[in-house]
Amino acid sequence: MGLMHEFTKGLWKDLAPFRVVLGLCPVLAVTKEAETGLGMGIGVIFVLTCSNIIVSSIRKLIPRQVRIASFIVIIASFVTMVELFSQAYFYPIYQKLGIFIPLIVVNCIILGRAEAFASRNGVVASALDGLGIGLGFTMSLVVLASIREILGAGTIFGIDIMWESFRPFTFMAEAPGAFISLGLLLGIMNAVSKTSQS
Amino acid sequence: MMDYIILIISALLINNILLAQFLGNCPFLGTSKRMDTAIGMGFAVIFVLTIACIVTFFVQHKILDPLGIGYLQTVSFILVIAALVQFVEMFLRKFAKPLYTALGIFLPLITTNCAVMGSALLIIRKEYTFIEGVVFAVASASGFTLALILMAGIRERLEISGVPRALRGTAIGLITAGLMALAFFGFQGMDGALTALVKS
Repeated sequence: MGLMHEFTKGLWKDLAPFRVVLGLCPVLAVTKEAETGLGMGIGVIFVLTCSNIIVSSIRKLIPRQVRIASFIVIIASFVTMVELFSQAYFYPIYQKLGIFIPLIVVNCIILGRAEAFASRNGVVASALDGLGIGLGFTMSLVVLASIREILGAGTIFGIDIMWESFRPFTFMAEAPGAFISLGLLLGIMNAVSKTSQS
Repeated sequence: MMDYIILIISALLINNILLAQFLGNCPFLGTSKRMDTAIGMGFAVIFVLTIACIVTFFVQHKILDPLGIGYLQTVSFILVIAALVQFVEMFLRKFAKPLYTALGIFLPLITTNCAVMGSALLIIRKEYTFIEGVVFAVASASGFTLALILMAGIRERLEISGVPRALRGTAIGLITAGLMALAFFGFQGMDGALTALVKS
């Protein structure tokens, strides 16, 4: 129950970015298409899980004063790995994500989990925590990106799904659509969690 | 000269770093609730972002490129920015006390502000010259501050208006930002007009 809980809490109770409002920049920027959203999510899962494992396994060796700097170096190393790997094997997605791959470094969710969870808990729990939070984050990205892609282009993962006379509203594919659809989704999540509590 | 003016208008309004490029949204939503914190954060960002872009420009062109270790870009940029923020904080505390009391509490937050790292990376990726880079950095940071202060003005009014309970807080903040982005979207048409102006 204990370890399983570390994994499942990221999927609903601490679902990023809706229940824990952190790391909004990539959420807004890469959700124009479902494919880029998924790519970003997988990158975050990898970085978050690996950095959580490393941080928790050396947590007793890091002096308190320099812990944030050490966390940043650990995270940056894994981000560089993701960057080089995607450049080599997934070049189209690498190009679409652009500067948002190196910017995973400053995603507050990752540093937040290192500081709040991995630096205080064991390796297995931290790995499960990273996997759960990362998976939740990916789900949110894919859901938001699918909504925007369906309404903004009439496709999902590049496949046409809408009827023939459907006119895509470009508004959803541009910046204002990103802000407003995330805002509304956040509102819906708030309303749903209120009713499920009462 | 005209090129620089276009660069400034483009970075400030057309490709506003916050509303068109989505960089720096966490501090944007976090510090835009009150006008005084928005102004403090805005000026701290202008200050740090400009210095950070100058330093990372030299790191890239004088250290990483000559040594052929471009793959260390991410690691070195984030370390440079984190160290710089610490250094600026110590320097201000020692030599510019009034500025420190005004900006002090916002400085640690800036390390994880992706607007700083994002502009530093954009300057390298767009292959700007040094002067263009500095102009771009100042204009982007001013665009961030402009959007932040406008947003704070709107949110102070939102406090006293009847927002549905589920939308309170960040949700209504995002929707407001979306409407502002829509307004800034109107500047996109200026892009072509400006280029035509230069050519004529």
